[in-house]
Amino acid sequence: MKPSSPKPLTLLDKIWNEHVVTQEADSPAILYIDLHLVHEVTSPQAFAGLRGRGLKVRRPDRTVATMDHSTPTINIDKPELLDAMARAQLQQLRDNCAENKVTLHELGSKNHGIVHVIAPEMGLVKPGMTIVCGDSHTATHGAFGCLAFGIGTSEVEHVLASQCLLQNKPKSYEVRVEGELQPGVGAKDIILALIAEIGTEGGTGFVFEYTGSTIQSLSMEERMTICNMSIEGGARAGLIAPDETTYAYLKERPNALQGQAWEDQVQQWETYHTDPGAKFDKTIFINASELQPMVTYGTNPGMGVFINSTVPDPAAEYQAEKRQSLQKSLTYMDLKAGTVMEGHPIQVVFLGSCTNARISDLRSAAQLLRGRKIADGVRMLVVPGSQQVKQQAEAEGLDQLFLAAGAEWREAGCSMCIAMNGDQLQPGQYAISTSNRNFEGRQGKGGRTFLASPLTAAASALTGKVTDPRKFL
Amino acid sequence: MQTFTQLTSTVMPLPVNNIDTDQIIPARYLKVLDKASVAEGLFADWRYLSDGSPNPDFVLNQPLYQGAQVLLAGNNFGSGSSREHAPWALTGSGFRCVISTGFADIFNNNALKNGLLPLVVDESFFQQLLEKVQSNPKTEVTVNLENQTVLVEENNLSFEFEINPFAKKCLISGQDQLEYILSFEDKIIQFEQQTS
Repeated sequence: MKPSSPKPLTLLDKIWNEHVVTQEADSPAILYIDLHLVHEVTSPQAFAGLRGRGLKVRRPDRTVATMDHSTPTINIDKPELLDAMARAQLQQLRDNCAENKVTLHELGSKNHGIVHVIAPEMGLVKPGMTIVCGDSHTATHGAFGCLAFGIGTSEVEHVLASQCLLQNKPKSYEVRVEGELQPGVGAKDIILALIAEIGTEGGTGFVFEYTGSTIQSLSMEERMTICNMSIEGGARAGLIAPDETTYAYLKERPNALQGQAWEDQVQQWETYHTDPGAKFDKTIFINASELQPMVTYGTNPGMGVFINSTVPDPAAEYQAEKRQSLQKSLTYMDLKAGTVMEGHPIQVVFLGSCTNARISDLRSAAQLLRGRKIADGVRMLVVPGSQQVKQQAEAEGLDQLFLAAGAEWREAGCSMCIAMNGDQLQPGQYAISTSNRNFEGRQGKGGRTFLASPLTAAASALTGKVTDPRKFL
Repeated sequence: MQTFTQLTSTVMPLPVNNIDTDQIIPARYLKVLDKASVAEGLFADWRYLSDGSPNPDFVLNQPLYQGAQVLLAGNNFGSGSSREHAPWALTGSGFRCVISTGFADIFNNNALKNGLLPLVVDESFFQQLLEKVQSNPKTEVTVNLENQTVLVEENNLSFEFEINPFAKKCLISGQDQLEYILSFEDKIIQFEQQTS
């Protein structure tokens, strides 16, 4: 009898299968974790739990820590200016890392930055890995063909102690993007369009795999922007199969293998793709050529429209909860149904976050600002994703360009994306932000967020209104 | 972990869809080193007025619903960040169960690790229960985890809910999940030897 050909597998199947340590009947799998990223906010209780059990970090060599959420982006050499609670939390992380021999990338050190920006930069993220962090934007690393997802603090403790997690296998959801993007439309617009289409719960229970010619045409940094926001569509992770673009990025990393060893590694990485004929549990198709710059109007990332479109009318929602939820959002945002988004005044522009603070994001915004001034009364905050991004930008003169345009140039960190460090909106202010969440109060209590791309943020900074960047291209 | 078997309680209605973790516990409350002190930040931006006094219009401050251990919340509860501070804030405020038509994945996982039952019902049961608790705040539900039922006795309204068998077992027995993982340490060592 002829042996049957092996069952075609998805990329998710392959990474999953390679990492299952064991699985009992009616129980989740024990999944091995290759890389654990740690930051100051979601780890203290996990280390305390570990201490309470008399345990140490099992694999410090697979654990990497930094401080990013509550760290300052000015006066980083003056820790005394930080509030006492933030200071205590940073010190706790230092103590925990020292006690457990975990590498910590300190504030201001050469590899410091937002955890999801520095890990790929340092070459820690490679195809086929499992990566977790107590942060939902861990999905970023899926851009390299990794199963990467956010976990809670109990799970942080599990991984610190055992390098494993109890996991039920998620379902697979193909997001196929085909067609050529118009000038002025980019990765951020693709992901905001997807979430607007499926809603913030559309991917619950799934892992996205982004496929298609448009995705293949994107740089690694653009792919990270897309995977980063998978969680905003409800999916804990997003994957993109590695290809020549991935290998070229990885070849440039510190400690990349050389010669035959590199070739062998690439050959192994090439197995991380979805086999022809493999079945996804769900599929959606997006025509990239029809996309326009996106902007959100509401209080979750699914509430997005093309920039020249209008705010939807709650009266058109037949279901009571949906109607009330939309009305509640519009009341918070102080927006009227039917208002055209383009032209709405803004007071603050935030260019930063693990979604859009890499060097290409800064370059993209800078090209619009070159030789121009931001509008009177607008505050623009430019926060590079990492020290490396900051140094690269300064080497290219981007810092001077932002300063000349009237923006503030800051140190690396999460900053106004989560508004824990004092970088925040005032009540009632409108911001256009390249970050990932427009939840009520996310960027400061009472603040109102319009999510958009770096290009759209820069164009809006110039006019003081939500502005289509294509007018400046 | 605190066990969960059966619970009879009044219900606090919060019929808003997509209540994200930034609403459950705003980021400025995350600078703590413990779990217990998180509770004061539960729904902080809705619960307190700008001068810090309680907002009388918010359900958590309404005397009629005090003492409820069950929260009835709109669809896609707990979306957003991975902060486990969200279930800590809820359990620290006395909640043992959240009933909704859907939960975000990470919140769902985090809740189950803290003895907080995320209970998914269908739209029809949700609407009927909402109407009952809004018209009569004294309405009590009984959640029975073993039988996977939620029951409003006086109205003869009931629903059979689904739950992952392992999560159910852990809630009922109080099984410590890290101990469970570490009971397979020999397999973990074997895995590391094979893959290194």
